[in-house]
Amino acid sequence: MCEDCGCALPKASPDPQVVDVHARLLAANDRAARHNRMHFDDHGVLAVNLMSAPGSGKTALLEATADALGRDIRMGVLVGDLATENDAARIRAHGVPAVQITTGGACHLDADMVHHALHEMPLDSLDVLFIENVGNLVCPASFDLGQHRNVALLSFTEGDDKPAKYPVLFRGADLVLLTKNDLAPYLGDFDPARAERCVRELANGAPVRALSARSGSNLQSWLDWVRAQLAAVRSRRHAHSHHHSHPHTHDHGETVAR
Amino acid sequence: MHELSICQALLEQVEAATRGHAGRVDRIRVSVGPLAGVDAGQLERAFELAREGTVARHARLAIASAPARVLCRDCGAQSEVSPNRLLCARCGSWRTRIASGDELLLLGVDLTDERVEASAA
Repeated sequence: MCEDCGCALPKASPDPQVVDVHARLLAANDRAARHNRMHFDDHGVLAVNLMSAPGSGKTALLEATADALGRDIRMGVLVGDLATENDAARIRAHGVPAVQITTGGACHLDADMVHHALHEMPLDSLDVLFIENVGNLVCPASFDLGQHRNVALLSFTEGDDKPAKYPVLFRGADLVLLTKNDLAPYLGDFDPARAERCVRELANGAPVRALSARSGSNLQSWLDWVRAQLAAVRSRRHAHSHHHSHPHTHDHGETVAR
Repeated sequence: MHELSICQALLEQVEAATRGHAGRVDRIRVSVGPLAGVDAGQLERAFELAREGTVARHARLAIASAPARVLCRDCGAQSEVSPNRLLCARCGSWRTRIASGDELLLLGVDLTDERVEASAA
């Protein structure tokens, strides 16, 4: 019975006072994430978290998305990096609002950082908010930001068995995009079927799709997925609609950059 | 490493849980499953750094771990699995859901009676 409750551990010092807690370690981040999700739902905005190794093409995909999305879907972007405002500037150049989160040293975004950045994002004039996480296949997977969907990018220049090497992140993906497929003729050893098998072995049935932001190859399937998720999130919101206002009681003096 | 962020969150929870209790924080019991995406060794090392100057500065971290198990949605069997191969051991299906092993929990805190400590000194 007691494999996971700790009571099989040897007793501490004599007559310890035992305080039982049984709470998730990330409960505070989870609360902040739920608060963010409520903001998104209140505005009917789909929030999508993009994760990948550095250089897999997150920013390039968002640039191509900004160019390709019609006037009927308005997008905004939060970008996380340790340093520089380069990625937010790239995306703004395509005419969509983008806010940079510079973490200083933190290797992942968390819900507080996203909440802070949301104050600068005009949610009431958006349909979709993309959150470009810090390039990292390990740490971002553990931190809920309040997003509705997770998208993992894996490029043709990387190993096709990466999903097996970074199981937590790929297990939680609602969509896996195999990016830079325009380079396939020059590479030869990336097997999309193997990447998909690795994802399935994580008990994840998410679609695995190859595309190229640069050439536009199969970009439409990504845009169709975004549209479908937006419709799904909005119809769920309608089904559960209960309007409530909540007081904003958090202290704006808290710093979230680390 | 994100284990340091997790330790900071842990120590905030320990602080809150022990506020108003007499005694010194002696042991912090956590459960970290193999599917939680947190390395126990890294967590221990991060804890040694993070506990400085907190109520837990003399405390030990005790890490329990439940095995990774999945329940098969196709045949109903429960299997023990590895973190990157969550297939059903009986029928081989990938349509499984996690039954245990992804926990990241603060189980509890053990406090030492300060009076006992003083008399033993």
